[in-house]
Amino acid sequence: MSKLHITTTVNGDPAEFLCEADDSLLAALRGPLGLTGTKEGCGSGDCGACTVMLDGSMVCSCLVLAAEAQGRRVETVEGLAEGGALHPLQQRFLEHGALQCGFCTPGLLVAARALLERNPDPSEEEARYWLAGNLCRCTGYDKVIRAVLDAGRDLRQDHGEKVA
Amino acid sequence: MPPSPYSAPDNLGEALGLAAAPGARVLAGGTDLLIQTRAGRLAPTAMVDLKRIDRAMGIRPAGQGFVIGAATPCTALRDDAALVAAWPGVVEAASLIGSVQVRNRASLGGNLCNASPAADSVPALIAAGATAVVAGPGGEREVPVEAIPAGPGRTTLAPGELVIELRLPPRPPGGGDAYLRLTPRTEMDIAVVGVGAALVLDGSGRCTAARIALGAVAPTALLVEAAGAALVGTKLEEGAIAAMLAAIDAAISPIDDQRASAAYRRRIAGVLATRAVARAAARARGEQA
Ligand SMILES: Cc1cc2nc3c(=O)[nH]c(=O)nc-3n(C[C@H](O)[C@H](O)[C@H](O)COP(=O)(O)OP(=O)(O)OC[C@H]3O[C@@H](n4cnc5c(N)ncnc54)[C@H](O)[C@@H]3O)c2cc1C
Ligand code: FES
Ligand code: FES
Repeated sequence: MSKLHITTTVNGDPAEFLCEADDSLLAALRGPLGLTGTKEGCGSGDCGACTVMLDGSMVCSCLVLAAEAQGRRVETVEGLAEGGALHPLQQRFLEHGALQCGFCTPGLLVAARALLERNPDPSEEEARYWLAGNLCRCTGYDKVIRAVLDAGRDLRQDHGEKVA
Repeated sequence: MPPSPYSAPDNLGEALGLAAAPGARVLAGGTDLLIQTRAGRLAPTAMVDLKRIDRAMGIRPAGQGFVIGAATPCTALRDDAALVAAWPGVVEAASLIGSVQVRNRASLGGNLCNASPAADSVPALIAAGATAVVAGPGGEREVPVEAIPAGPGRTTLAPGELVIELRLPPRPPGGGDAYLRLTPRTEMDIAVVGVGAALVLDGSGRCTAARIALGAVAPTALLVEAAGAALVGTKLEEGAIAAMLAAIDAAISPIDDQRASAAYRRRIAGVLATRAVARAAARARGEQA
């Protein structure tokens, strides 16, 4: 079977790759595209370690076919930092120690950014429900939630400064 | 496993042509199909992605009712204020599926055609009186949602047929619906029992129509017509609820599995049905519920 040639956009830049019809987007990101930030925890939609944005909505890249990315926009954890500057979420994760092994972190960061873009001032309960599809075996979630709520505060302040 | 050719046609005619190939399967969100294919439970020879077909995507008003594209992700339901106001039970059922990531992909068409007895949106759709528009080589037909599932993992769709739209009727005046499920965890779990209820109350609080459907207590999602009939003509007094529960108890055939025993499912079916009717009735009276 000849491979499929897919052209897409990854983190704002045009990208192309070859894949088999049944390859996952996760495999394409980590393989031909060389973006290994996105992790595979379960391969079955349960853990969220593979979370990416596809045309602006967060999905498990293990449950998306690579071929589905044709003409779509994909955003991964590699797109979070701007140049050398960490995203406020990344900064707060570091400060709170919201990771131990770090395997869940890329997925949590992408999912948390999606939350804060939709709702920059989530309640703790909203944040916990939003992140229910991101499993972490190490932290017990509490530091993760603190980091996300603090990052929301940072982003609201930033925004306030820009408006002012 | 040989790779299955993937296609994403942008019109229904082409999709039907591709789906007619032996062993081809329709792909909506892939949250069941890709997992089952990787586990070797399914070996599709081709996957026909519906998500680039306009009719399969999005929510459209149809008179006072709604047309929901069969491959529309569940999150779109919650974002449609008119749908939330008209059929909150259907929306709450779709909003229980998986995580945000899963709901950004999972569709009502996939939930229905995957034909799991525990599918959350199906009892809610059945209670609401939803229909499925089935397209196939022979044209289109509109059937009640409860006519689609045939047993675990099996549907009544003929080879080459697919569901292109789901349709919800207008919310009747004095109508209300609700869906409740029991899971051991609050998120990311499969229903032990699910109950959808939709009913209509007249100005005096008397029930003039009712539909009760249950999930995870029979080989398919189950419309229990006698349960609805037990409520019609009553003001939902204790005796009417007891008659509804007796009808449910007679209709269901739950099994023991790793999630719950049959006996527990039977008990919970009654508890959830009572609560779902109360919630639907509160909504019918215009109360926040
Ligand atoms: C982590 C996780 C959690 C989940 N939690 C829940 C839950 O809480 N409740 C629940 O009910 N489900 C749950 N599911 C199962 C799944 O997400 C749902 O059943 C979902 O609605 C399936 O829709 P889909 O669009 O992804 O279907 P797909 O996987 O694309 O398709 C499912 C099946 O239906 C067929 N099909 C799809 N669309 C059509 C169509 N329009 N016409 C004909 N055939 C079609 C496909 O060929 C396939 O056999 C969960 C899944 C995961 C991975
Ligand atoms: S690897 Fe995709 S959800 Fe776990
Ligand atoms: S830090 Fe190890 S899984 Fe979350």
